[in-house]
Amino acid sequence: MSIAPAEITESALDVDSDRPWVTIVWNDPVNLMSYVTYVFMSYFKYDQAKAELLMMDVHERGRAVVSSGTREAMERDVTAMHGYGLWATLQKDD
Amino acid sequence: MSSGFYREADARIVLRVEEVERLLLVSMAEQVLEIVAPRKADPDADPLFALVGIDPSTERPTSEVLLRLFPDAYGDDEEASSEFRRFTEHDLRQMKTAHANSVLETLQRSGDKVMLTYAMVPSWMGFLNDVRLALGVRIGIDDDFHDEVENFDRDDPRLPLLGVYDWLTYLQESLVQLMLP
Repeated sequence: MSIAPAEITESALDVDSDRPWVTIVWNDPVNLMSYVTYVFMSYFKYDQAKAELLMMDVHERGRAVVSSGTREAMERDVTAMHGYGLWATLQKDD
Repeated sequence: MSSGFYREADARIVLRVEEVERLLLVSMAEQVLEIVAPRKADPDADPLFALVGIDPSTERPTSEVLLRLFPDAYGDDEEASSEFRRFTEHDLRQMKTAHANSVLETLQRSGDKVMLTYAMVPSWMGFLNDVRLALGVRIGIDDDFHDEVENFDRDDPRLPLLGVYDWLTYLQESLVQLMLP
């Protein structure tokens, strides 16, 4: 049995694969500080201290990198953040 | 006015509401359902797409409320954001719909004592946040809002919405506090 070889996509040949992607959560005026902490603890399983530090970064600096990894993993994280109602984006780490 | 969520001796989470508050929450859940319900399937669409949760016809929403509930995933790449949306928005809509439906069902069989199990908390949390996000857009809440609200006319239509928003904020805060260690 033989099937045509799968087309090799651009992403499979991503030369920047050692440069990770990051998930960024942005500050917004509606989400509660306590809720953002709760989300970081519930979804990322961060302990309270780390979750609060990240939350304060979002609050005071307007944004924080909350996770890093492959593009696929960051797309999962961003989808989850949108599910919780947080304003999140992903991008290549810079 | 209700006193927010609290924990009873049997570890159940309880919210005491007056009838007018319960009806307000019911109405909010119904409105959220209208906003987040998955879009009607295109009769010509490939059923396989629906099966795996992809909606190839998903376009970037034009309403500010929808853009807040389903934001762009890439800040600087419109094409990647559209692609992401086609793969994820349908599932997100289903999840938010399930949250609002769960809240609605609980409210409809509750009297003045709304009881939640821990399994129901994520739905309530998600629902309360979705309503607040939607109201926040409608009211125009931004970083300078606290200064602006001082200058609202007494008959400004945003004031009653703000009252509801503040109450929901209070409810959500009380629920989050119960869930934090």
